[in-house]
Amino acid sequence: MPAYTVDTVTDLVQPHQVHRDVYTDPDVYRLEMKHLFRNTWVFVGHDSQTPNKGDYFTTQLGDQPIIQVRHSNGEIHVLYNRCPHKGTKIAIDRQGNTGKFFRCPYHAWSFKTDGCRLAIPLKKGYEGTGLEQTENGKGMKAVGAVKNYRGFIFARLAEEGISFEDYFGDSLSSLDNMVDRSPAGRLEVAGPPLRYMHQCNWKMLVENQTDTCHPMVAHESSAGTAVKIFEDMDWPEDKPKPMAMEIIAPFMSPYEFFENMGIRTWPNGHGHTGVHHSIHSDYSTIPGYFEQMVEAYGEEKAKQILGENRHNTVYFPNIMIKGPIQQLRNFIPLGPDKTLVESYIYRLVDAPDQLLARTAMYNRLINAPTSMVGHDDLEMYERAQEGLAADGLEWVNIQRLYQEGEDLDHEAVENGTTERQMRNQFHAWAKFMSPQPTTETAEVQQ
Amino acid sequence: MSFPSRDDLIDFIYDEARMLDEGRFSEWMELWMPDGIYWMPLDYKQTDPDCITSLLYEDQFMLRLRVERLNGARTFSQKPKSRCHHVIQRPFVDVMEDAANRYVTNTNMHYVETRLDEQFLLAITATHELCVVDGKIRIANKRVDLLNSDAAFGNIQLLP
Repeated sequence: MPAYTVDTVTDLVQPHQVHRDVYTDPDVYRLEMKHLFRNTWVFVGHDSQTPNKGDYFTTQLGDQPIIQVRHSNGEIHVLYNRCPHKGTKIAIDRQGNTGKFFRCPYHAWSFKTDGCRLAIPLKKGYEGTGLEQTENGKGMKAVGAVKNYRGFIFARLAEEGISFEDYFGDSLSSLDNMVDRSPAGRLEVAGPPLRYMHQCNWKMLVENQTDTCHPMVAHESSAGTAVKIFEDMDWPEDKPKPMAMEIIAPFMSPYEFFENMGIRTWPNGHGHTGVHHSIHSDYSTIPGYFEQMVEAYGEEKAKQILGENRHNTVYFPNIMIKGPIQQLRNFIPLGPDKTLVESYIYRLVDAPDQLLARTAMYNRLINAPTSMVGHDDLEMYERAQEGLAADGLEWVNIQRLYQEGEDLDHEAVENGTTERQMRNQFHAWAKFMSPQPTTETAEVQQ
Repeated sequence: MSFPSRDDLIDFIYDEARMLDEGRFSEWMELWMPDGIYWMPLDYKQTDPDCITSLLYEDQFMLRLRVERLNGARTFSQKPKSRCHHVIQRPFVDVMEDAANRYVTNTNMHYVETRLDEQFLLAITATHELCVVDGKIRIANKRVDLLNSDAAFGNIQLLP
């Protein structure tokens, strides 16, 4: 079979189904890295990970090695982590402070923290060689565009393309809600992320974030058993439930609960579950927090912020946030069948620590490689990755609550068990797999 | 047993590991004090279990859930079941306070877990806080530090 190209790869997506090669084929994966992760706005990190001048943090956008660094003027820059000389990674560790400049550990070429070349040892050796005229002579390469949205850093690798505002549109309301939950309107990263390796395609994990028909099935062994043990315990009704039960029990909610919670989709592949309520709605009140919020925002606005209990918001292509508990999961592709999930939590500045303690508990109960909930999810993904090899059926069905002529270029709210958000992601996938969709065509399509 | 000897404490650590290796989880649960916590930090030398994520920080309710889940009919990630194997270096007995009924051991181990065709090795240090109740040694708290706690892992399903 011939290798896929940008012209043929979109044949793998139909409105109600996708071909299994989108999850398994190495050529499709290479095209995703080359186009999809280049044309879209991809999450880099949080600005509190690099609070001081010279602080840096290394990560990946798609398969690209990247540095987030705070420049001497206080702004965040996002650079390719590659020395323009021989290719060595400039920053080798995961984070640190580089002072006023980066210095390559191989031959000591040095660069300012905005990437501009500072100095090269034995400079004379380059006199008259034309180094100045080359791309390599200029310094470390910066990504195409960077946006710091309320502390969250996103980058577009492509020099030209859709603007941040056009790309995310009204979906930014979920990020706003997460940040607004701090009386100071600010979040700070709390500790290192959980790092969980999956032998499956990255898109399976992203799709699962709005898959509301799996919790009561796949997680019966953890959430169902928790409910059963709790019932045996004769817990007094007036005593607050253990925090762990508050977190884990809603996973066993019946189908009606998920149907009624609703799903909203936005253009360009973004969407969220939990429009009307969610598994985060019934957490107990933390003393003092509401009063702090009222003081900061006034009662009406405070109630409005805290009344929003969105479950999972997917920012296409590869992150999910949980506004009510200040959590972000980054699904980092490492190969067609390998994905690293990094799960971060954030402190609400000026809010009680108990909120952060609940978030940390949620993170370890649900997202850790030691999580009983995560164990069954991983099992589903990895067995799917193996099952997709079956030649008997080559298409994956995403047809639940599909209607002929579905319009994914407009916001919509639907029954919470629809697979519309998965279709929305593939619609955006096909759009951004083109070599260079311009802002203009993006607007026409909207 | 009025007060445990050094050997009693060391034997206890070996016996506990053997219980886990043989999958005698109900028996293992009986070793614990009712308010005992099993802690596996995420950050190297982590000191804050509350506001920084851990891999595990579980009370008796969560440990019981974990153990009951392992035997559930619809526990998909345990079809087939995992098996584990501890290789223990002789424990250090760091604290022996008979008056306070407080004993602390520090044990280096190699922990192997396997399922299907996969097998992985963790180098760990277990710190046990122990006490004696009705003549039997009990676990007041257990902390398990992974040498590579900051690495990315697949499923770790049993209890190192």
